[in-house]
Amino acid sequence: MIGPELLTILGQLPTGLFPRGISQYAVGGVLIGLGVSTIYLGTAITPGASTFFESTLSYFSEIPRFNRAKYLATRDWRIVFTLSMVAGASIYALTLGGGGWTTDVGAWRLLAGGVLVGIGTRLGKGCTSGHGINGIASLSGTSLANVATFMLAAIGVALSMQALGVSP
Amino acid sequence: MSTNDSRNPLFMPLIVLGGALFGFGLAYSGMAKPEIVLDFLQLQDWGLVFVMGGAAAVTGTVITVATRYLSRAPLTGERYGKREKTFDRSVLLGGVIFGVGWGISGLCPGSAYASLGIGNFPILIGIAGMFLGAYAQGYWRSYRENTTGTATPSD
Repeated sequence: MIGPELLTILGQLPTGLFPRGISQYAVGGVLIGLGVSTIYLGTAITPGASTFFESTLSYFSEIPRFNRAKYLATRDWRIVFTLSMVAGASIYALTLGGGGWTTDVGAWRLLAGGVLVGIGTRLGKGCTSGHGINGIASLSGTSLANVATFMLAAIGVALSMQALGVSP
Repeated sequence: MSTNDSRNPLFMPLIVLGGALFGFGLAYSGMAKPEIVLDFLQLQDWGLVFVMGGAAAVTGTVITVATRYLSRAPLTGERYGKREKTFDRSVLLGGVIFGVGWGISGLCPGSAYASLGIGNFPILIGIAGMFLGAYAQGYWRSYRENTTGTATPSD
């Protein structure tokens, strides 16, 4: 049933794979790598972005799962790390980025997607930064498997939603 | 992990610097915009490959050099190591669930924080969702551990 629609989508692919060019992606990626490397070189920590959820929940919940020693010992710097990411992006927006910006993606997609991201990254032990950057950089088999899995699932779902006419 | 009392005074400033670079890079790369991520997932713009590839290449070089030629990190005294998590079914199941969520919304945790930084306040709905999901997952796992009485290996 999805077959003809998928073919239609593939037929509409732009001839170029990079309609916005490559430089913003490559430069941004290198900067992200420098941020991760800065923390790693100073502390030997390979920082992921999603452990922040569990470690921060330890402030509000008695559930033992959130109160394990490794979360309690890192929860303060994980908040600082997250707020610094927000601040770094703000600096970009106020300098090179041309001011503020908001998304047109619908609220239900943000909420439903967010809930699944919350479950999946914690169950799968990492996200696009933990597995996708630190894990790949470590040539970890576990991370390679996780990244391949979430990439395939995400591309399948995004193409299906596009075929169903969900936009933006 | 060092305790708060024994932390090097430069520890938090370094976290701030690294986090700010990370967030700036995410915003510069466009990944703070869910629309651009969705363009990748719909195979319209493959730029994300360069973002993840560039970040992993830089980090991979640093990890390789540090693990081979350096001994301990100056601010924590910890040994340099790689990021290795044990493999089990949860890695794949979690990957599928995360992937479905990413495909629906174009959101992952790091890019969501950066998105807030560029003024995208609707993203708070997504971040709230992530906390809800993480809480539900932790609650369910704790409940299951209590009811089955078996200790789950730490991950």
